Amino acid sequence: MVRKAPLAAMLAVAALAAAAGCGSNPTPAPSAATIDLTGKTVEVAATWSGTEQENFQAVLDEFAKLTKATVKYTSGGNDLPVLLNSRLAGGAPPDVAFIPQPGVVAEFAKRGALKPLTGDAAAAVSANFSDAWKGLGTIDGKLYGVYFKVANKSVIWYRTDKFGEAGVQPPKTWDEFKTVSKTLSEAGITPIVAAGGDGWVLTDWFENVYLRVGGPDNYDKLAKHELPWTDPTVVKALEVLADYWRTPKHVQGGPTGAVQVTFTQSIADVFGEKPKSAMLFEGDFVASEINKLAKVKVGEGAKFFDWPSVEGSKPAVVTAGDQAVAFKDTPEAMALMAFLASPEAAKIMAAKGGFMSANKNLDPAAYPDPTTRQLASSVVSAELLRFDLSDLTPQAFGGGTSAHMWVLLQEFLSKPITPAALAQLLEDAAKKDFGSN
Amino acid sequence: MTRASEPVGGDRAKVLANGRSGAPAHRRQGDPGAGGRRRGGSRLGERRVLALLFLGPAALMLAVLVCYPIMYTIWLSLHGGGGATFVGADNYVKMFTAAETRRAIINNLVWVVVTPSVVTTLGLIFAVLTEKVRRATAFKLILFMPMAISFLAAGVTFRLVYDENPERGALNAVIVAVHDTFAPPSPYYGANPRDGGPLAAVDGGYQTTTPVDSGDAVALPVVGLPQDRIPADAATAALPPAGPGLRGVIWLDFTRGGGGKAGVIDATEKGLPEMTVEAVADGTVIATTRTDAAGGFAFPELTGDGYTIRLAAENFTEPFNGLTWLGPGLVTPAVIGAYIWIWAGFAMVLISAGLAALPREALEAARVDGATEWQVFRRVTVPLVRPVLIVVLVTLTINVLKVFDLIYVLPPESSQDEANVVALEMYRVSFGGGLDYGLGSALAVLLFVLVLPAMLFNIRRLRRDQG
Repeated sequence: MVRKAPLAAMLAVAALAAAAGCGSNPTPAPSAATIDLTGKTVEVAATWSGTEQENFQAVLDEFAKLTKATVKYTSGGNDLPVLLNSRLAGGAPPDVAFIPQPGVVAEFAKRGALKPLTGDAAAAVSANFSDAWKGLGTIDGKLYGVYFKVANKSVIWYRTDKFGEAGVQPPKTWDEFKTVSKTLSEAGITPIVAAGGDGWVLTDWFENVYLRVGGPDNYDKLAKHELPWTDPTVVKALEVLADYWRTPKHVQGGPTGAVQVTFTQSIADVFGEKPKSAMLFEGDFVASEINKLAKVKVGEGAKFFDWPSVEGSKPAVVTAGDQAVAFKDTPEAMALMAFLASPEAAKIMAAKGGFMSANKNLDPAAYPDPTTRQLASSVVSAELLRFDLSDLTPQAFGGGTSAHMWVLLQEFLSKPITPAALAQLLEDAAKKDFGSN
Repeated sequence: MTRASEPVGGDRAKVLANGRSGAPAHRRQGDPGAGGRRRGGSRLGERRVLALLFLGPAALMLAVLVCYPIMYTIWLSLHGGGGATFVGADNYVKMFTAAETRRAIINNLVWVVVTPSVVTTLGLIFAVLTEKVRRATAFKLILFMPMAISFLAAGVTFRLVYDENPERGALNAVIVAVHDTFAPPSPYYGANPRDGGPLAAVDGGYQTTTPVDSGDAVALPVVGLPQDRIPADAATAALPPAGPGLRGVIWLDFTRGGGGKAGVIDATEKGLPEMTVEAVADGTVIATTRTDAAGGFAFPELTGDGYTIRLAAENFTEPFNGLTWLGPGLVTPAVIGAYIWIWAGFAMVLISAGLAALPREALEAARVDGATEWQVFRRVTVPLVRPVLIVVLVTLTINVLKVFDLIYVLPPESSQDEANVVALEMYRVSFGGGLDYGLGSALAVLLFVLVLPAMLFNIRRLRRDQG
């Protein structure tokens, strides 16, 4: 009931003119702005499942309530691009899909499968997103995407009790990070878990180090393969990683054990019943998983620090996000895109936790706790913001299960491959996967 | 007594089985119908139209759903990734030369060689055994139950069974429990001397790097022991009182909450009791002792110079953590294990049915002639059920060739490459990121060719049964 008024206002912003499907809406007040989509069905596909899916369903329900459209959600899991490919091949893509990999979005756009945003959807993006985020959703001058959900992937979570037991403080620099890890291991606490069972976690390790070692310009070039993977900066970053990963007793399970630990498992290993390690590296989304385990509280028993600076690098954030794109240029698809670009849609999901928006008009008060607020503000205010590199590369290189970068980094973690040799392997794979690029 | 009643039941089974051999007789009765066809020559054309009419829909379905996809797949396999350029046999060459696909083909061979035979053998054993036990139905039901579970669910379940961590993985939990009963882990595993301290690693244990003389008091700092594994009886670290010979203290050089000085016995730091300490001279152990509650030890008998103090390796023996079932080395056998669990029941049920149809008098005759149960099984039962065994074997071979879901779900991502099979590789190259439909189709054709002999065999056997 209380929500009704702001929602009407929201649609006024989001849907703007929205003449498209406007007509006989029975409810008196919001009728001017609401598009009546009675009888229309919108299908949305995303990778989310479980809690994330439930939370997102609330957003879709709100849209359905406002427009009377039927909204169908399809979860594609990690292999969403596969689902989209086969649906496209069959000529029946979903109306809207949330794609985490800009590389995949670019492929679809190149093939002409995506529809550029028009009318109120485009206007809503311009009104609510910074140029940087708008730019990330633009391909060849055409706006395709809305970054609905973003992530801060440059944080390391830790257990405050373990840090207390070892008497260490969150580190600021890489050297401090190594000292902290060593002290933890001397205190009989395994410093960190590297969830090597999931390749994408390891690509995030690499990206954070590389953004700091190689710098933003090289990072951009490497993402486009304008810089070979055999570049000294890449080798340097791999050396930094190897130096840390291969220090005895630093990584939970040792080399062979680390690649058996999946990301979900790693959270339970650190913040669950019987903690095995003190630290865990991954993005802000870890917070909601910690809450789900309900053993320690985020902000009390579980805190985070920013990824330490390597050799005096500036504060930098590796970000990622699910980009909503439209496969159909129908009024219902565009109405949903406009809704997704509105601060109100973001607000519904933000209140649920485990979600961060790039929407600049979202009131930070919408976030349920100070930790999320802090994480979100670092994405908004970061001096240096770069999109997850593996997601920018072609699917076969960095975009899914058994992608070359994922597998090679897993091998790097579990086997004694030299940094130079791995760089060569990455370059060989990149040559193949980037193709004519 | 029960034995006496058995042949009666067996005879009943035989009668029932004979009912089946009555089938040809039935067909003979149908023959006059065929004679009628010969008489109605004028209606032949009409019959042809009718036949076409009836066959038409099925033929159309076959053409659309079977023939066209096969042809299209073959066509695709001769073309590049997007299907635009003709590349000839390139995809086939790549298939046998690229490391990933070769790995998949080799794994598939292992699957085909091992799995059907093991499953059939187990099925046969179960089937024969269930004939001998009471409540055989319950037993069969339980063995058959895995068939009711989807491969996907079975894969997820076995992921847990095979989990490396004994706290989660059922299999490792059993192995570790058995192992620990015979060889319990040392109390101080995971601990190690402080870096830069007087100790260096030697053969799993640690020893002093500089010689120690009588009258010396050596302080040996150890770190890396979790707080919850400090023995309950450990007292604050202290050197034993001065006396003749050599003495020292081994203690946990870490102050809880930090603030302790490295290499110095701080106020709250505990000694490590019951640690085995050896004194070594000229490479041989000359004295052994254990530390007291405060971590102190003394060798009053050692009055000479130039000893080496060694903390024996047995203090630090790592606990046995089971096997990495889903690591690169064991992943294929592990997945095959899960497959066997699912399919053994299926094989058992088919073979049981075959056994039930066996002529009992043959078995009885063998027994009367003095054959042992093993001989009966080996010389009579197995040859008689051989046709069923072959059916099971062939069915399983076809099934194993196209195995996909278990390997997609069970191994963790990091060892999926090692567990790869042709069907999975086909999916991976065509949809899983590569978008190379050409190579994917070539793999599909390979699978088709591999399945073909088994299919032909099955068809021929079916024909023979009918004829």
